Amino acid sequence: MANVAIKASGLSKWFGEGEARTVAVKDVAFEAYFGEILYIVGPSGSGKTTLLSLISGILRPNQGHVEIDGTDIWGLPNDALATFRLNRIGFVFQDYHLFPRLTTAENVAIPLILKRRNWDESVAEALKYLEIVGLKDRANLPPVKLSGGEQQRVAIARAICSGPEILIMDEPTASLDGDTGRNIVSFVQKNVLNDKCCIVIVTHDDRISEFANRIMKMEDGVLKSIDNGGPHEE
Amino acid sequence: MRGILRVAYKLLVNDRAKFAALLVGITFAVFLMVQMTSLFAGILNRASATVINVGARMWVMDPAVQTVANSIPMPDYVLDAVRSVEGVNYAVPLYTGGALVRLADGAYQAVNVVGLDDSTLFGRPQLLEGNISDIFAENGFFVIKDSEFSKLENPKLGTVFELNDNRAVIVGIAQVASSGLFGVPTLYTTFYRALQYIPTTRYTVSYILVQPKSEADIPGIKKRVAALGYLALTDDEFMGQISGFYMFQTGLGVNLLLMTVMSFVVGLSISGQTFYTFVLENLEKFGALKAIGAKSHELIYMILFQAAFTALTGYGLGVGLCSLLLAVAKMRLPDYAAIITFPNLGMAFFMVLVIAGISSYVGVRKVLRIEPFDIFRG
Repeated sequence: MANVAIKASGLSKWFGEGEARTVAVKDVAFEAYFGEILYIVGPSGSGKTTLLSLISGILRPNQGHVEIDGTDIWGLPNDALATFRLNRIGFVFQDYHLFPRLTTAENVAIPLILKRRNWDESVAEALKYLEIVGLKDRANLPPVKLSGGEQQRVAIARAICSGPEILIMDEPTASLDGDTGRNIVSFVQKNVLNDKCCIVIVTHDDRISEFANRIMKMEDGVLKSIDNGGPHEE
Repeated sequence: MRGILRVAYKLLVNDRAKFAALLVGITFAVFLMVQMTSLFAGILNRASATVINVGARMWVMDPAVQTVANSIPMPDYVLDAVRSVEGVNYAVPLYTGGALVRLADGAYQAVNVVGLDDSTLFGRPQLLEGNISDIFAENGFFVIKDSEFSKLENPKLGTVFELNDNRAVIVGIAQVASSGLFGVPTLYTTFYRALQYIPTTRYTVSYILVQPKSEADIPGIKKRVAALGYLALTDDEFMGQISGFYMFQTGLGVNLLLMTVMSFVVGLSISGQTFYTFVLENLEKFGALKAIGAKSHELIYMILFQAAFTALTGYGLGVGLCSLLLAVAKMRLPDYAAIITFPNLGMAFFMVLVIAGISSYVGVRKVLRIEPFDIFRG
């Protein structure tokens, strides 16, 4: 069996107290492995985004533990956790969250800049990743001049430029048409996934299910099942 | 850290509309604050013009005197008494008073007359034309060539006019460091000629100018003069007293203070609101940075840098604009009383820092409260 990338045990998260308490995630336990693409699917309000936040060190659980490559992330102090996220987790947000006032290359360089790398070196490094996602010729444009699919690829370049072991993608195809969405995930599978990387994708887009190694189904905050995904190469 | 600050800089200046609005707010506030306080400083400076121009280290006066323009004459024996005080190097009388000059066209012009000690001419102005000894000539007066000079129809050496129905001759044209506050020309003559030309009360000495033997003698002189029933002040203390009078015993200080406070409030409102909007618009981006791995203190540095950069740029522009306006105004209006002083600049700088601090405080609170989880939730 491949190495465990993420190990979640007894994860619970609720908001509010007393009668106003809403349980978003209830006693979820699972493992994700290096070299796989794991989907988290479920209807709206099923707790998949909350679960994604819990396992990526963004939202502190009320109960349970999350280990990433053997590190109990919620045992880390806040600054150390931020550094952990910076060095080991890449994020692709649903709305991309690119900086419209920076160039595309500068957007991609953000994680490197946060790592206190030299500005020019960071931008030069970012150009390599823009080349990987096929957007090197757009490096000096602001993101608003790019199409939705191109912006998504910029967001991916930003997420992978610091060499993360975990890539978190939140609804990566939600704003894209079918073909573009498939191309994006296919691109990630071919160019990003390797045996030292685990990709977790929250989606409810059935059109891209073929790229998943495994699919976790969430419902009412509870993990209902973990199934094998569509056809994929071993 | 420089990289993060460069990101902050680009986020700020590349949003040109907001950056311009922020700069306009700060610049406008600084301009108004510096202009108001400079005007006040100019007025205070002119109110103390005689003290500055005469240049005596100590001034002895009636305790009820509040400004140099409103002297209360002292009897002659006080001069002798002061001269005998231990620690006094020398002491001379000074007369200041007003008179009316009848010009060639028959019009009357009010003037300020300064009568200098006959034997020493202590406090005399710097002569531009004429000879200093000519002040002892019959009917001799020096005229000060300042912004009020033209009100005497630009007199020349030898110009004759009537002063309180007496013949007066201009025997010298001089300059002083500061013009007076009340917009009247100034004439200098000897103490005793001034008494001859200008109707006086029983007592004639407006002020006694004292030069102490050393700075250490000043407290003793003050004490002994106080024992005589009079007040001895250093030049700085006298100017401080005059400033205090205009600040606290006339409406001038309060009005200018209110205007300055309003300028501050206007600047704070424009800049604070614009900066708040700027932070709100970028809030999700800051949240994304937090999710990616930026630490809270790095985000705080970004906000503080943006606020400080805007404040300092606006401060520079405001001071520059105000300096330019004052320079132009002084070219067109010689009487315009405004001087930019370091305390003015320091106060405006402090106010700008307060504006930047309050604006960034609100932004920092917002940014610290944003949860990266909110970014995922959209």
